[in-house]
Amino acid sequence: MKNTSLLGKMISHREWLLGAIIVLMLMGVGYIAPFFVTPGNLAEAFDDTSILIMLACAQMLVILTRCIDLSVASNIALTGMCVALFNVAYPDTPALVTLILSIGIGIVLGAFNGILVWLVGIPSIVVTLGTMSVYRGFVFLISGGEWVNAHEMTPQFLALPRATFLDLTVLSWIAIAVTLALFVFTRFTKTGLSIFAVGGNPKAAVYSGINVGKYQFITFCISGAVAGMCGYLWVSRYAVAYVEVAVAFELQVVAACVIGGISIAGGIGTIWGAALGAIFLGLIKNALPVIGISPFWQLAISGLVIVLAVIINSRSEKCGGRRILREAHQ
Amino acid sequence: MMNEEVLKHPMTKDIKDLPDNLNGDWRNKLMRWETLLMVFVAIAFFTNTQISPYFLDPWSLSDATFNFTEKAIIALPMALLIIARDIDLSVASTIALASVAMGFANTMGAGPIELALIGMAVGTVAGFINGWIITRFDIPAIVVTIGTMSLYRGIAYIVLGDDVYRSYPSDFAFFGQGYVWGVLSFEFLLFLCLAVVFGILLHKTTFGRRVYAIGNNPTAALFSGINVKRHRLFLFTLVGLFAGIAAVLLTSRIGSTRPSIAMGWELEVITMVVLGGVNILGGAGSIVGVFIAVFLMGLVTFGMGLMNVPGIVMSIFTGCLLILVIGTPIIWRRFLNARKMRSNSGE
Repeated sequence: MKNTSLLGKMISHREWLLGAIIVLMLMGVGYIAPFFVTPGNLAEAFDDTSILIMLACAQMLVILTRCIDLSVASNIALTGMCVALFNVAYPDTPALVTLILSIGIGIVLGAFNGILVWLVGIPSIVVTLGTMSVYRGFVFLISGGEWVNAHEMTPQFLALPRATFLDLTVLSWIAIAVTLALFVFTRFTKTGLSIFAVGGNPKAAVYSGINVGKYQFITFCISGAVAGMCGYLWVSRYAVAYVEVAVAFELQVVAACVIGGISIAGGIGTIWGAALGAIFLGLIKNALPVIGISPFWQLAISGLVIVLAVIINSRSEKCGGRRILREAHQ
Repeated sequence: MMNEEVLKHPMTKDIKDLPDNLNGDWRNKLMRWETLLMVFVAIAFFTNTQISPYFLDPWSLSDATFNFTEKAIIALPMALLIIARDIDLSVASTIALASVAMGFANTMGAGPIELALIGMAVGTVAGFINGWIITRFDIPAIVVTIGTMSLYRGIAYIVLGDDVYRSYPSDFAFFGQGYVWGVLSFEFLLFLCLAVVFGILLHKTTFGRRVYAIGNNPTAALFSGINVKRHRLFLFTLVGLFAGIAAVLLTSRIGSTRPSIAMGWELEVITMVVLGGVNILGGAGSIVGVFIAVFLMGLVTFGMGLMNVPGIVMSIFTGCLLILVIGTPIIWRRFLNARKMRSNSGE
């Protein structure tokens, strides 16, 4: 059943609709405060949103397989604290090694979630609700509740995400690279397509010879790896590591996915949707102070947007989406 | 159907060996989840008496109940909701919203009773909105309540910012701080009464049976003439009302309102429910189990408090507990199945 009306097409092609809304918002904010749409300021806003974009793209893979990863924010805090303490202990380590180390720690934390989901068979929401507080608690244990401040970190540790290349920060370039890599992964690799199949119809996936649990495990590892990397980038960008780093950030990540049209029921979604959802939230965050609205409104606005987005999703999911294995309808 | 699910619990024997009601063999009664929880409660209680000589003092026991009573009150309807295959992550935000509403009404000069009614009404409306969106548009409860979790707390932040509401009327303090008889606080008595009401509601009424039916198989429940949507809507509204009640008690107890009030409580409430043996996938669980689990968590956190363990370290414990409590029965069941298959193939 194809919805042929223009509005229906717009709604079912979520990315275009979202892109149009973002452009409209940019024009609106630019009308009120012209300096907001200058290239320099936009680059800054993009830099501010980069971490959310990467996390949303990785979270999308998890959600595609009918799971959810609520532990990403705690993963950021724990990995960030680990690399910060590592940096204090071994100040000579090059930033690139630290980056790889953070990805490694992130994968371990993600794999732990994944193993509990795959081999033990606990629902992912329970696992990640649990590890969310466990990982956060570990940050306290390894740091003793102390902060690692900017002056304790080495210059090369701090420099990596801030360095600029072609007017964009390295952090922004990393976000673009991760987004492109995940796009290629979901679109052109067998594993990526299998992930869609797992979420679209797990039973059919099993009969097509796809190990559902294994692909869920893989997505948790990817989500963990990206979260771990973001842990280093976060701590380095804000130049401080403490227990409450990124508290409740997982909700923004899930919100970005929901706004980007990723179905929480699995199997539907695109990387562009997740990235645009994140950009949308980032735009709200950066534009609110500019147009003179108190930042206290931000939480309520993103909540309202999530609720509206899921309501719209519930309509558009009935008319398609990217499905590898379709559910049989009678 | 419902008994089947309950009896499938790993601590019981094979389903075929059991009568189809729970009043059967005493051994089966002994091997239930609730019994195991009771053993843990006894261990926790004994450990606490060893840790601190002050633990057994009636007043200190009474003080200990304050830490979990409000959460426990939300856990009761939450158990019903989870048994019916739904979940509400917005309860803590609902508390914040209701508390801010009470604070605002207080500045307008509302009396203690009006304040309590306003808190409960706001909670009920918040729960109804959750339920209405979920049932009207057929969206998974988890996404909608993640959304309203931000929305409700967000509204609290819009109203209050980084400000604080104080100076509640002195009579209002009774709800959270008052004692009814000796060391028995009003809060705790309310929880005990509500636990009895919910035990009867879930285990002795048609409504309770329907909740199990919806949780086990919503489609079959619909075909057997249960208005599934209306029951779900009612359950969400009920959870909202109880979050409102918890807001009244909490606000009255601490005597002030900040938008960050009750942050992270949704996790603790859900942990209590799941620890009580309620299946997170719906269809099974009992109020007795939740009731015991509430005391287990209360005793353990109080014990750790006696040992000066910081709250964030306790959250490691809560998280591990949640995973272990759900993971162990699954592994145990798999182990039993593997053994059964081996013995079957041996015959």
